[in-house]
Amino acid sequence: MSSLALDARSLLDEVTQFIYREARFQDDHAYDEWEALWTDDGVYWIPANGEGGDPEKEMSIIYDNRSRIALRIRQFHTGKRYSQTPQSRLRRVVSNVEILKNEGEELLVTSNAMVFESSAARGDTIWASRNEYTLRREGDALRMARKKVVLVNNETALYSMAFLI
Amino acid sequence: MSNCAHVIPIAPAAATGPAVRWDELVHDDHVHGSLYTDPAIYQAELQKIWYRTWVYVGHESEVPNANDYVMKSIGPEPILMTRDKSGQINLLHNRCPHRGNRVCMSEKGNARSFTCPYHGWTFANDGALRGYPFPSGYEGADRSKLGLGKVARVASHRGFVFGSFAQEGESLLEHLGAAAGAIDALCMNSPEGEVEVTAGYLKHKVKANWKFLVENETDGYHPSFVHASIFEVAQSGIGTLYDSDSTAVSRDFGKGHTENDLRPEFRKRDVPMGWFGTTADKLPAYVAQMEAAYGKDKAREIMIDGTPHIMIFPNLFIAEIQLFVLQPLSVDHTVQHVTAIQFKGAPDINRRLRQQTMGSVGPAGFLLADDAAMYERTQLGVQASNPEWLYLGRGRHRERLDENGYRISDNTDETPSRGIWRHYKSMMEAA
Repeated sequence: MSSLALDARSLLDEVTQFIYREARFQDDHAYDEWEALWTDDGVYWIPANGEGGDPEKEMSIIYDNRSRIALRIRQFHTGKRYSQTPQSRLRRVVSNVEILKNEGEELLVTSNAMVFESSAARGDTIWASRNEYTLRREGDALRMARKKVVLVNNETALYSMAFLI
Repeated sequence: MSNCAHVIPIAPAAATGPAVRWDELVHDDHVHGSLYTDPAIYQAELQKIWYRTWVYVGHESEVPNANDYVMKSIGPEPILMTRDKSGQINLLHNRCPHRGNRVCMSEKGNARSFTCPYHGWTFANDGALRGYPFPSGYEGADRSKLGLGKVARVASHRGFVFGSFAQEGESLLEHLGAAAGAIDALCMNSPEGEVEVTAGYLKHKVKANWKFLVENETDGYHPSFVHASIFEVAQSGIGTLYDSDSTAVSRDFGKGHTENDLRPEFRKRDVPMGWFGTTADKLPAYVAQMEAAYGKDKAREIMIDGTPHIMIFPNLFIAEIQLFVLQPLSVDHTVQHVTAIQFKGAPDINRRLRQQTMGSVGPAGFLLADDAAMYERTQLGVQASNPEWLYLGRGRHRERLDENGYRISDNTDETPSRGIWRHYKSMMEAA
C-alpha cells in the first residue's frame, strides 16, 4: 500500500471508531460522555419530512443548537424525563461508514444505522437512518460539529424517540 | 352497471352489536375504563362523533394558491383538501368511485386534476369526474354521480377549515360557540389579524386512545408533575401557571370545548409578551407592528393576554403557540399532527414560534414526549380490572359559573374533563 492509501485507511479507521464510540454512548445512555463529543457550535438535526428542506423554516423532530443539546442532557439528568424513565433498552448497528469530503480540519461523513429499541410501555420498535456528520479535528480528537439523522420513515407518524439517536 | 352502486350505505360495525347504555359508563365524576379500550365503542364513536360532528381538517393557508392540495384526515379517513381554480376549498374522499383505489398518494402539491392510476379515471380538483378511458364502455352512465366523494359540509372560520360528514346539523359557528371567540383572539396576535400554517407538521404517534389526549390537553393538574423535568432546567415561567395557587382558571364552554384560561395570571404579571416567556424589548419589530395595527393600548392588552389554550372538540388543540390536530387510527392508536402557529406578517416572532415549538413538541419534544409516555402508560394501566372506573372528581365542590354562564374552576381542576364527557355522552346517546 502507498503511504497515501495508508493515511486514508487510518483516517477511515479513526472516523469509524469515533462513530462506534458515539453509538455505544447512545446505547448506554452515557449522556455526559455523548455531550462531550460535540464542538461548542454543534448542531443536532433530525428532519421530519425526507431530507428536511430548510430547518430554519420548517418543523424538524430535533433542531438543537449547542445550548439546546445541553438542555436536553440536563433534562435527562433530572430523573423525571418520563419518556426515558425507565430508559429504553437500545442496541444499534452502525455501518457503511464513508468519508464523503475531507477538507483538512473538517470531514463530511455518512453512515447507516439500525436501532432496536425496547420500551417498557410500548414494546419494541426498529429505527433506521442515514446519519450525516460534520466532524472537526480539535487538538488530538475528532468532535461532532453537526449531526443529521435522516430516519427512513420520517414521512410517517412516529412514536416518541426521546432517547439519543 | 348501476350508477348508484357507490352510495349504498354500509352498516357500521357497532350497529350490529348490543346497544350500549352510555349513562352506565359515563357518570358525573367517574367514567368506565372500557371507554378507552373497547373496539366496539371506538367504532360507535366513529359513527356518532368523527363522521358526524364538525371536525377540524386544515388551514386555508396550507393551500394558498389555486389548484394547491394537501392530504388531511377526518378520523382515520384520509381527506384531500384542495383549492380549486375558483379559489373554493374542497374536502374530498381519497377513493376512486370505480374500484376503490386510493387516488392521491402524495402529501401535498399543485394539481388541476387527479388521475387514478388503476384505470385512468380523471377527476377535477373539486371532485367532479372529468373522464375515463374507452368511454364507449360506459354508455348511458351518469357521470355526475361518478365523482370523488365530497365531505357533506365544509365551512371555515378565520381560515380554519372544518368538515362534517353529516348532510344536516348545526352550523359551524353554532358548533364552535365561544370557541370561535378564542380563534378570533388568537388571530389578534398577528398584526394583520390572521394566523398561518406554513411550517409543516410533525406527526407523533402514540399507542393510546384518542380521548386520553383530548382530556390531557386541558388537564391543568398534570404539568407540575409530568413536565417537572423541563420546568426545572429551563427556567420556564409555565410551571407556576399550573400551581395549586394559580389564578388561572379551567373552563368548560359546552359542546366539548374546554380551556385553561391563563389570562388572570398574565394580567397579574402585567408584562407584555410575558405569556411567551419574553419581554417586549426582545421583539421590537413585532411590538411596533402590533402598536401600529391596534393602537398602543389595545396592542398592550393583546400582548399581555397572549394566545388561548383551548381544546376544540374533538380534534383541534390550540396550545398558545402550537396547533395540534388529533387523529384516531384505532381504539389504541392516535396521531398528533403538530405545527407552530405563525402570525401573518410578523417574521421576527415567527422564527421564535418555530424554534420554541420544535423544542417542545413531537416525538423528541421536551414536553410532548413525556405527555406521550403518560398516554401510553395510561392505556396500559386502564386495562387492569380493578378499579374499573376513572375518577374525575377534582374540584367539583368549587366549580362555579363565570359571568357568561360557563362552568369554571381552579386551573388544576377536572372541570374540562367533566365537560368533555358530558358532551361525549350526549353525542353517543343521540339517535
